[in-house]
Amino acid sequence: MTTAPTPVPAPAAADLSGGPGAAGTATNSPTLPNSTPPSSTLRSSAPKAAGRRLLRGKSWLATVPLLVFFLIGFGLPAVAIVTGAFTVSSDADTGAGSFTTANVTDSVQGAYWTALVSSVKLSALTALIGTVVGVPIAQAVLTSRFRVLREAVLTASGVLANFGGLPLAFAFVATLGNAGELTKMFHLTDHGWSLYSFTGLTVAYLYFLVPLMVLTITPALEGLRVQWREAAQNNRATSLQYWRHVALPILFPSLLGGFVLLFGSAFAAYATAAAMVGATVPLISRQIADALSGNVLVGQGNLALALSLDMIIVAVLVMAVYLPLQRRSARWLS
Amino acid sequence: MAQLISRLRVWRGAVLLLAGLYFLIPMAASVWFSIDDVNGTIAFDAYTGLISAPGFTDSLVLTLELAVVTVVVLLLLLVPAMIAVRLGSPKLRPLLEVVCTLPLVVPPVALTAGLIGVLRWGPDYLMDTPFFQTFVFVQQPEFPLVLVIAYVLMALPLAYRALDSGLRAVDVRTLVEAARNCGASWPRAVVQVILPNLRGALLNASFLTLALVLGEFTTASILGYQPFAVWIYSVGNSQGQMSVAVSVLSLLITWVLLLLLAAAGRERRHKTATAS
Repeated sequence: MTTAPTPVPAPAAADLSGGPGAAGTATNSPTLPNSTPPSSTLRSSAPKAAGRRLLRGKSWLATVPLLVFFLIGFGLPAVAIVTGAFTVSSDADTGAGSFTTANVTDSVQGAYWTALVSSVKLSALTALIGTVVGVPIAQAVLTSRFRVLREAVLTASGVLANFGGLPLAFAFVATLGNAGELTKMFHLTDHGWSLYSFTGLTVAYLYFLVPLMVLTITPALEGLRVQWREAAQNNRATSLQYWRHVALPILFPSLLGGFVLLFGSAFAAYATAAAMVGATVPLISRQIADALSGNVLVGQGNLALALSLDMIIVAVLVMAVYLPLQRRSARWLS
Repeated sequence: MAQLISRLRVWRGAVLLLAGLYFLIPMAASVWFSIDDVNGTIAFDAYTGLISAPGFTDSLVLTLELAVVTVVVLLLLLVPAMIAVRLGSPKLRPLLEVVCTLPLVVPPVALTAGLIGVLRWGPDYLMDTPFFQTFVFVQQPEFPLVLVIAYVLMALPLAYRALDSGLRAVDVRTLVEAARNCGASWPRAVVQVILPNLRGALLNASFLTLALVLGEFTTASILGYQPFAVWIYSVGNSQGQMSVAVSVLSLLITWVLLLLLAAAGRERRHKTATAS
């Protein structure tokens, strides 16, 4: 058993940078300043100050295009959602454009409330399973002796995390749908299996949520130092105790962050559900799309905007839980 | 100790095996589904029939155009802003961070609802003003700019994070000062010194954006345009096998793109992984 007496860089990190060519780039970028030693003294005095003054004057101009674009592209729709949610639709018989809370109250009642609840339930469940399943996979891959496996899994996770939407829906219909290969092979329909249900949707969502979790949690797992584990073992902690009392508390903010990210992805997903289950599982994103396509009563055109507002509020609430915690994780896993 | 290690190996193997099965079976089943003929023979009709299917080329071209324009617009907006914030206006950095994170809390469906709300203002209030022409221009069916706006916003958080980790790994200030000391002009210092150092991050951001645009369905379908994803959906309703074939192809294309990216930016990725 070896214990490092002095703090050394995290082994995982040191191991990572040891790849072929990595050392080359590591020294590559600083060559420019290093190759001109006389300038290093100059750098800190006159030219730097002059450069800064020049920058202070004009550099903010470079951010203007982005901010203007954002104000128009994001600000206007946001204003449209908020004002629309609280005004009478323009297609209503009377009082078009006047203030009302009817849209918002309607949007949290009846079928719309069911859809919102079922959306939140689906997102929370899939995010929870994704977190619980993703961490062991990431850990198994990270501790593996095979570099190739690690590279392959991380690359594959990158692809699969982006594999949401329609292709995912079609792939699952081909696999587990009514005429899917696995369904036919094992006669799953006789056992009560249906892809076009809440369970089916959960199974499909995990296909892109688990890789997303692996991608998100890997840097945090890499930050767990071997010394912590060794210290725990030297104090006769079992593996379980190490995870329970050392690793998980340190990882907790990262885990929660991953959970929030997964929740957001699942909550916002529309295409997979639209192509796979149609209307059998009510989801808020589908209700909005339906309302936008005109499948609502006359005079309720602004209901879609009220529903969007509900959706944004849920997303903001979930994010608000996560942001303060993220600061804490930075203390340990830097 | 040896017992512990062997137990760990068993545990690790089991986890990886289960995960592998879950992730590989749908792919294998999709491939099989797309080439499995009714008579039980293997046929590639679904793949060959794709090219001649009506709407295939049009929608694909539209999607590729949208993807290229989105990537260019996004990088032109984001890269100068991020470099400027690093170099001269650190006070604007929190603002930039907020701007690039906010789109995360607005799901694509909600963003689309908002965009439709704005577009409705055109005929409602602005009929007689020059702005109305802008609204028409933005929505032209040949090249719907409104989709580019939506896609840039959706890709903003992804691209920001990719570029930010790239910038973290490079000491931008020192590089620029060194280049300036050697007599380079500002544009030259940025283009010839900083951008090459950000190659990996730029590729990463471009790839993420590209993948997002290629697969985007929500906004386009609700606004009534027909890029590739929407076309697949309409095909999927009539010809299941062909839609699965397209899914397999799209997965392959994404994979190839990412492998190319990984090959091009490998060193950079290691560095950012270590730095973050």
